[in-house]
Amino acid sequence: MATTTQATTEAHGGAHAAGGAFPPFDSSTFGSQLIWLALAFGALYLLMSKVALPRVARILDERNGKITGDLETAAKLKSQTDDAIASYEKALADARANAQAIAGETRDKLQAETDARRKALEADLHAKLEAAEAQIVAGKTAAMQNVRGIAADATAAIVQQLVGRTPSTDEVDAAVSQSLGR
Amino acid sequence: MADPIHQFQLKNIATLGHLGNQEIVFTQSSLFMLVAVGVITLFMLAGTAGRGLVPGRLQSMVELSYEFVANTVRSSAGNEGMRFFPFVFSLFMFVLILNLAGLIPYSFTVTSHIIITAALALLVIGVVVVYGVMKHGTHFFGLFVPGGVPPVMLAILVPIEIISFISRPISLSVRLFANMLAGHIALKIFAGFIGSLLAAGAWGIISPLPLALTVALTALEVLVAVLQAYVFATLTSIYLNDALHPGH
Repeated sequence: MATTTQATTEAHGGAHAAGGAFPPFDSSTFGSQLIWLALAFGALYLLMSKVALPRVARILDERNGKITGDLETAAKLKSQTDDAIASYEKALADARANAQAIAGETRDKLQAETDARRKALEADLHAKLEAAEAQIVAGKTAAMQNVRGIAADATAAIVQQLVGRTPSTDEVDAAVSQSLGR
Repeated sequence: MADPIHQFQLKNIATLGHLGNQEIVFTQSSLFMLVAVGVITLFMLAGTAGRGLVPGRLQSMVELSYEFVANTVRSSAGNEGMRFFPFVFSLFMFVLILNLAGLIPYSFTVTSHIIITAALALLVIGVVVVYGVMKHGTHFFGLFVPGGVPPVMLAILVPIEIISFISRPISLSVRLFANMLAGHIALKIFAGFIGSLLAAGAWGIISPLPLALTVALTALEVLVAVLQAYVFATLTSIYLNDALHPGH
């Protein structure tokens, strides 16, 4: 029985080139595999750590630096824009205030001028009114004088017609005064 | 039917000599490792040759793999862990390219040999232990002593922590090895069914079934190849974190 089993195993094993063990567990290959693994992995580690990875790291650093720089430039430009907008608005506000001041000044000046002219006109009219009133008073006085004269003349003429003689001026004046004074 | 184990057989290309009773040979496995190193280096150098501010397709792929591994390391081991970034990156690319290369028909899967995955896992744990002891001295062994636990419990917990630490290289290597081995055996068996069914006369009618399964399995294996490389890199980062910050 044991012989048969061994024979079968050998026959089966014979199908494998190296004869026998399951290849991954064939310890006769371990030494070679380890040597080539050490060589290959050692070479790979050196190539990656000394050449390849620093190159990738440099590219990524450059990109990050560029992005950061661009963002900083953008922020700087934005603050410049904000400053420009602020100064523009300040200029606008100043101009507006200035314009208002000029308008107010002009209005005040025109007002003052108008007032002065109105006052002059009023004074002029006042003076003219007074002159007219004085004239009226003078006219009235003169008219009153004339009334007296007419009254005296009329009295003298009436007395002459009635009495036939011409009264003296003094008598007429006294009579008129008496009459007017009453 | 084709032997599903045959694909893992190392083929001697050149015998270089003997070291003790071990024969030192250049095999297709060695060739695949060297080709993988060449492919990775070419990929990285060609991708960075343009040094474009706006990356092209190849440069995008290079930057993507760089950022991907860098984020994995940074999220697991922090910024201090970035000193191990070249190591983790080399591991990730090496395992990834070897896994993917193994999926090309008639090629060889280097990572389906446990000696390779075990050597890589021991390298990781070796780096963790050596760096941890160098940086923290005996304080590194505080890793095995969970904080805030009553002394009585420590008698149980410390051995558990030590066993869990020792099982790390085993699980790390066996996970990758077993995934690759099992996937390729399954692929080979289902692909073998197609030939067997075609040779079996009337049964040839159902041969499209294993063909469809082989196509689906190939897609799954691509996923597994990438995923295992990622798992290897992530676990490496997590273990390196212990070397950097041994306090629990």
